[in-house]
Amino acid sequence: MSADAATLDLPIAGRERQARPGLGRLTLVELRKMVDTRAGFWLQLATVGLSIVVVVIICAVGKAQDQTFRALLEAAIAPAGVLLPIMGILLVSSEFSQRTAPITFALVPRRMRVLTAKVLAGVVLSLFGLAMALPIAAVGTAVSAPDVPHVWTLPVGLLGQMELSLATGVITGVAFGAALLSSAPAIVLSFVLPIAWAALTAIPGIHGVARWLDATQSLAPMTNHLMDATEWARAGTTLAVWMVLPLLIGAWRIARREIA
Amino acid sequence: MITAEGLTKRYGATTVVNDVSFACEPGTVTGFLGPNGAGKTTTMRMLCGFAEPDAGRAIVLGGRYKDLPNPGRRVGILLDAGAQHGGRRGREALAVSAQTMGVDERRVDGLLDRVGLDRSAARKRVRQYSLGMRQRLGIANALLGEPEILILDEPANGLDPPGMRWMRDLLRDFADRGGTVLLSSHLLGEVDAIADRLMIIGAGRIVAQGTRAELLAGSGTLVRARDGAGLRAALDAAEMTVRPGSDGGYVVDAEPEDVGRAALAGGVALTHLAPSDSAGLEQLFFDLTADQRSEP
Repeated sequence: MSADAATLDLPIAGRERQARPGLGRLTLVELRKMVDTRAGFWLQLATVGLSIVVVVIICAVGKAQDQTFRALLEAAIAPAGVLLPIMGILLVSSEFSQRTAPITFALVPRRMRVLTAKVLAGVVLSLFGLAMALPIAAVGTAVSAPDVPHVWTLPVGLLGQMELSLATGVITGVAFGAALLSSAPAIVLSFVLPIAWAALTAIPGIHGVARWLDATQSLAPMTNHLMDATEWARAGTTLAVWMVLPLLIGAWRIARREIA
Repeated sequence: MITAEGLTKRYGATTVVNDVSFACEPGTVTGFLGPNGAGKTTTMRMLCGFAEPDAGRAIVLGGRYKDLPNPGRRVGILLDAGAQHGGRRGREALAVSAQTMGVDERRVDGLLDRVGLDRSAARKRVRQYSLGMRQRLGIANALLGEPEILILDEPANGLDPPGMRWMRDLLRDFADRGGTVLLSSHLLGEVDAIADRLMIIGAGRIVAQGTRAELLAGSGTLVRARDGAGLRAALDAAEMTVRPGSDGGYVVDAEPEDVGRAALAGGVALTHLAPSDSAGLEQLFFDLTADQRSEP
């Protein structure tokens, strides 16, 4: 364990490389951080593995109408819909729980640039999630070859909605991670709060209002069918509360927080 | 160049850093010395924009740290060696930093060699690292962007004696090339061996700063001669304040040079002439920070 200091070659003067790291590069860095840890690696693997398992089960024992490309794709992205938000949470919360924040913010002191890069990385991750599900669903469809009409039909709009669903899911994860700055509470609350809210919708008096914010219902159509105007309005309202609000709280907390 | 002007930080009713001012010049190593909890880390955090000062300002390379476009290429920071993702491999941790600041990733391997982390260490996850290895990884991370300033909080923590020596040589070399180094420690010995300048902080205030010689100035000069009476007469003739020292010598409230001149004028041959280290830096450090320790 010895290094010869005399061989150090550390040029000190003549700095021209002072360009601010671009958002593109920072986004790549954040994507890298998602997969280069043990937790990140296994979450990725679990997402792909579960997708395959779900599709195989439906192909083996499901009904014919559930074996169309459209239905299999909806099933194939379901694991990503659950696990990618966790990656979004960890992407932010691990900076604080694993204490990498001093390094991250020493290199990029404009903290909002880091948060923006994390959101963008989350969007890219969701695209990977969809791209990963497409071939799995396609192989499942081809193998089971159900005897129903429109086996391969998939409206482009629905594909867009699926991507939107995955992307908003990851961003919601980033938002919860940022708002709570701690992995375990963020993961637990991101699951429990929507379910608790859904339970509230059972109360007759507030049913009408509550269901506009019920993520379990208002976001479900997104991967299922082309949504109508009311459904879009509900989904938008829900996202404003479950995604945008925590993201704003998180941005405020990260901007003000003392890095230690 | 690092400048602190009246930096002040309060947490609730406690003033953790109180009106701290200093300057670290290129080509020098500045040792930031103080007991644990004296405000060293908080001061360093304010330099890096990790904490906002309640008063005063920190200027790094002519402006605020957070206004540097790509700070990693100009300032290397190690504030907490434990601050690394435990699930990330050592080499990967550096590669992430390299990518962030746009440094060629191939530089990472050379740097790992230089800080003494071999290939098997580089492949290990940081969770498995000892504190000394984390310090080395942290130093590598700080050096990665080829900075001109290093800000290191307790970098010698966890290093074995050869590691400390290695660190000392590395920082000396860095400063000799024109770099600016600010490093903190709660152990006098670590800092005294490296630093050109010392700042001593106690209870949030800078209680002394200057070169080693400047700090020891005023502690007097110990002088001896075979002709004790002649020496005494010469010192009295120069109107110096003298008190008897050990072994028949005298401790004089004057600089060694002036004492030497007085002896020359009196025609006395000296057998010993040196700053009185009887108090020494350690005593000074102890005295200066005593107030803080007496508090609960």
